[in-house]
Amino acid sequence: MSILENAKQTAQGLFQAGMAKAIAMAPDSWIPGGEPDPLIRERHGHVGRPVSRIDGPLKVSGKAPFAAEFPMEGMVYAALAYSTIAKGRLSSLDTADAEAAPGVVLVMTFRNAPRMQPPPLFLSGAKAAGGDKLPVMQDDRIHWNGQPIALVLAETQEQADHAKSLIRVGYEVEHADIAFAEARDRGTDTAEFMGQPLHDEIGDAEKALQDAAFKIDATYTTPRHNHNPIELHGLTVAWQGDTLRMHDAQQLVAHTAWSMAQVFGLDEKQVVVTSPFVGGGFGSKSMWQHHILAAAGAKLAGRPVRIVLSREGVFRLVGGRSPTEQRVALGADQEGKLTALIHTGVTVKTPHNAMPEPFILPTRSAYAAENVLLDVQKVELDMLGNTFMRAPGEAVGTFALECAMDELAEKLGMDPIELRVRNEPEKDPISGLPFSSRHIVEAYRAGAERFGWSRRNPKPRSVSDGEWLIGMGCATGTYPYYRMPGGAARITLTREGKAIVDIAVHEMGMGTSTVQTQVTADRLGLPMDAITFNYGDSTLPGVIMAGGSQQTAAIGASVIAAHNALIEELLRIAGNDSPLAGLKAKDVGSRNGGLCKLDEPERHETYQSLLARAQRDKVTVEAQPPQPLETMHWSMHSHSAMFCEVKVNKVTGEPRVTRFLGSFDCGRILNPKTATSQFRGGIIMGLGLALMEDTQFDERKGRVMNPSLAEYHVPVHMDVPEIDVIWTDIPDPHAPMGAHGIGEIGITGTGAAVANAIYNATGKRVRDLPITLDKLL
Amino acid sequence: MIPFSYARASDVQDAIAKGALGGTKFLGGGTNLVDLMRETIERPTGLVDVTGLSSEITETRDGGVMIGAAARNTAVTEHPLIRSRYPALTRAIVAGASAQIRNMATVGGNLMQRTRCTYFYDGEGSHCNKRAPGDGCDALSGFNRSHAILGASDACIAVHPSDMCVALTALDAMVHIEGSDGSRSLPIKDFHRLPGDRPDIETMLQPGDLITAIELPASSIAANSTYRKVRDRASYAFALVSVAAALEIENGNVRDVRIALGGVAHKPWRAERAEAALRGKPAGEAAFLAAAEAELAAARTFEGNAFKVELARRTIVSVLTELSGGAV
Ligand SMILES: Cc1cc2nc3c(=O)[nH]c(=O)nc-3n(C[C@H](O)[C@H](O)[C@H](O)COP(=O)(O)OP(=O)(O)OC[C@H]3O[C@@H](n4cnc5c(N)ncnc54)[C@H](O)[C@@H]3O)c2cc1C
Ligand code: SF4
Repeated sequence: MSILENAKQTAQGLFQAGMAKAIAMAPDSWIPGGEPDPLIRERHGHVGRPVSRIDGPLKVSGKAPFAAEFPMEGMVYAALAYSTIAKGRLSSLDTADAEAAPGVVLVMTFRNAPRMQPPPLFLSGAKAAGGDKLPVMQDDRIHWNGQPIALVLAETQEQADHAKSLIRVGYEVEHADIAFAEARDRGTDTAEFMGQPLHDEIGDAEKALQDAAFKIDATYTTPRHNHNPIELHGLTVAWQGDTLRMHDAQQLVAHTAWSMAQVFGLDEKQVVVTSPFVGGGFGSKSMWQHHILAAAGAKLAGRPVRIVLSREGVFRLVGGRSPTEQRVALGADQEGKLTALIHTGVTVKTPHNAMPEPFILPTRSAYAAENVLLDVQKVELDMLGNTFMRAPGEAVGTFALECAMDELAEKLGMDPIELRVRNEPEKDPISGLPFSSRHIVEAYRAGAERFGWSRRNPKPRSVSDGEWLIGMGCATGTYPYYRMPGGAARITLTREGKAIVDIAVHEMGMGTSTVQTQVTADRLGLPMDAITFNYGDSTLPGVIMAGGSQQTAAIGASVIAAHNALIEELLRIAGNDSPLAGLKAKDVGSRNGGLCKLDEPERHETYQSLLARAQRDKVTVEAQPPQPLETMHWSMHSHSAMFCEVKVNKVTGEPRVTRFLGSFDCGRILNPKTATSQFRGGIIMGLGLALMEDTQFDERKGRVMNPSLAEYHVPVHMDVPEIDVIWTDIPDPHAPMGAHGIGEIGITGTGAAVANAIYNATGKRVRDLPITLDKLL
Repeated sequence: MIPFSYARASDVQDAIAKGALGGTKFLGGGTNLVDLMRETIERPTGLVDVTGLSSEITETRDGGVMIGAAARNTAVTEHPLIRSRYPALTRAIVAGASAQIRNMATVGGNLMQRTRCTYFYDGEGSHCNKRAPGDGCDALSGFNRSHAILGASDACIAVHPSDMCVALTALDAMVHIEGSDGSRSLPIKDFHRLPGDRPDIETMLQPGDLITAIELPASSIAANSTYRKVRDRASYAFALVSVAAALEIENGNVRDVRIALGGVAHKPWRAERAEAALRGKPAGEAAFLAAAEAELAAARTFEGNAFKVELARRTIVSVLTELSGGAV
């Protein structure tokens, strides 16, 4: 970096710091969420009801079209060939047999691929979507084992797959940095996440640790994980005139449209990405090389292309979670008050992405400790760009932190819940901001009661049933409330009293369209069947990602803004004969199918009447919410208390989870039915993280050796016990609807709850995930 | 997948005739073969579908059971003769794969299924002597947590993945084979091979040989048999170690015993040393442990799989203890 740029960055940093301070100090009323969303008070509407998914019938009858199911005239099918070395160049690439194979329309390699710009790297700009920033098929260089080296298009999928197998490749192999431990020993750098160094210090934590009456100091390791949403990454793509049309499986429609436009040198409007249904994303359904290759192939072949990655393909070209090696050291006094909290360690990324697994994030707001040291170091390896995977940072960070708390509780001879309660902070320990809403203690109390925590024998290895040792454990989960810039929504109100909401968001199975229909119905004072919620289309307003569990808040704030604009517009056209004549927007709200004066509800007029009088068929407004300053004014987080019961076989070491309870504090629950599914799904993924998920990355070649669901284990039905979920349902007064997104919190804390239960059952502390039976023998 | 021809065999002779063509393979349920063809690890030029051949399960004249090679795995587990006389076999089969796969898989195909060594499956990116003799073995110093501890060679340390075959091995099953020079039978313990320097040759079948049936001999000991599988998740995972055993105790002494191990070798492993160590001994944990030790003394482990020795020892002892029931 040049001196100039350094100076610029420093200045920017100072400016940002100044801004942050100003926002922190500003009066609440200046901040979005300073005045609670009126919907929080609404207790008799659709919000909070267990409404079944509105897309349920479509899905169970097979009529919901997924990305790879859109038919297109003249469509061809794609197969990809992947490199088998980690670094070097292609010394030969013989595609003659493939080209001559039956049905083959095109074999594309770096030799004939169109010239394209590298994808804009996610987080490098407001609309950037790329999983990494490497140029795609532009030269003979290999950057990771599994990089696509050829795209075959053929009349059928089988022909494409067969032709691909006929491609002959030679390599000039270069030394690749692949091994984590070797790279770590050579030296590490401080990692940055979203432009900020992952480093915090308060006081002198190492010294406080030395002086502490009670302490633990341990290393925890977590392995690589790969994304395995049930729907494979797929895309149907066509060039229609100058327009690139993509039916995609996406959690970033608008970002991807813009990013594809950059790659192909188009105007953003020339790329249309739609994604009505997605079979799971978890952070993986962003923009990867197959998008670019399929579009490039479609361009060269002059035909629409359907590409569906094989399961192996998802392992080869969609990034996963990086391994971590974490140290947690805790010092405490006689009463269990933390005097030192150290959470440091190393993770892995590539030179061409921006995602070090930020495992200290959950620790920042976890506990009141006098002295704190948090730090993430990184090494860069020659591998596929790793990426966001459900609760990146928190999922594995809480494993280390919350196991360490359990270890400390045992040292102190204290109940692990009690230890956590004693270290509840009054304000955010790092930022100093007040919490917007924090009820962990309530969540623990309710969870402990319902789970029967008092029956736990604190002495390890003291309960058994025949061949099985039985144990209980608990842990805290946490995930931030995020709301990112870029929100916008459009509302169209018709003379029939129906409302259409347009917003470029995503339905990956979470229940977004259902829940937002409920919310919008309440907000506009309409029945649910009067609301049409349009989403999953990059041409709709908003640049909103379904990530960071922020979509709920982003939609909420956007629809609030559009609703305010709608009220203004309706008042403008209301005319002097309306009972609303002369009122100010701030005094008016939606109720019973129309508008009324808030403190004089009988001054009411229906939408139909308002539009009829104004002789309008419809009114359309579009608006953007204010910048998300609330996250710089309050410390905003969701929390959970996780309880687990396990049995471990005395003979074989087999660990099996027998009971689980998640007690959540995530603001107001908008729909208990869809929320329960999100919580349970997160917990199940957490059971996988605890007990089995493990990418076998062969450090000799940088190659993933278990790229299939037969060998990459996720929990099967028999691994999943009854999972109980409860919640505080206390609204966050500063969040739209009083709600937090809940897509990720379920996986956090789960790993530690399982590990702590296993310790209680067996007396064995396994600090290395996954906890497989060989570690318990 | 490489293009191939497909034909259905109408009877055994038809199958033998069609199977005699070079490059031809028999097709059972396809749950293993088709996967391997998709990976281009198996590249047959022709498939002869033998699922229309005998799938009958019948009692033999001397009180054993004959199972047609085309019998589906599920059909075997549900058959009353099997359930009552050979409980270890039902338990072994239901411990394997998933209900859907068991519904498709045939007995003949199960016998012939190939290893799950991930380097074997990675035709493009890994070295494997089983795929290409002389190519090298990436598992030796790679991921070998699920690999063999008994009977392996420097050329290959893969394991045979079948659960069913482990039970068949403990139950002294016979494999009936039909080839171009007529029919023959082999005890199942001699049917699969150890890797030696030709890990690509996995069984005693000659090219074109067809498995027609599996025969379970009449056996008094088989009724007191069981199967225990140890794995990384509750279902749908291959055995890390499994034990099939049958035990007969008389006056507190082991009168007769059968033990076979899965997940430990290139073939279902008949634990003859353990059996010999146990016959005539007073049934009890000490003798069971000594028997397990006798078998596992020859174990050779690698970085990832050393735990299997202890796991096998414990599982053998536990299974024998269970079978000895109230007798000890
Ligand atoms: C995801 C997955 C998980 C699994 N888990 C387990 C498990 O836990 N435990 C377990 O034991 N198994 C497991 N299996 C393997 C399964 O048991 C085998 O795939 C199945 O038994 C093979 O039978 P098939 O009839 O489908 O054989 P095919 O796939 O049709 O054939 C397999 C081989 O047998 C040959 N063959 C078939 N019939 C004959 C015959 N009559 N004579 C000579 N050769 C013949 C074929 O030519 C081929 O080489 C699993 C499989 C999968 C895909
Ligand atoms: S263990 Fe056997 S199957 Fe596996 S790589 Fe080595 S030779 Fe191949």
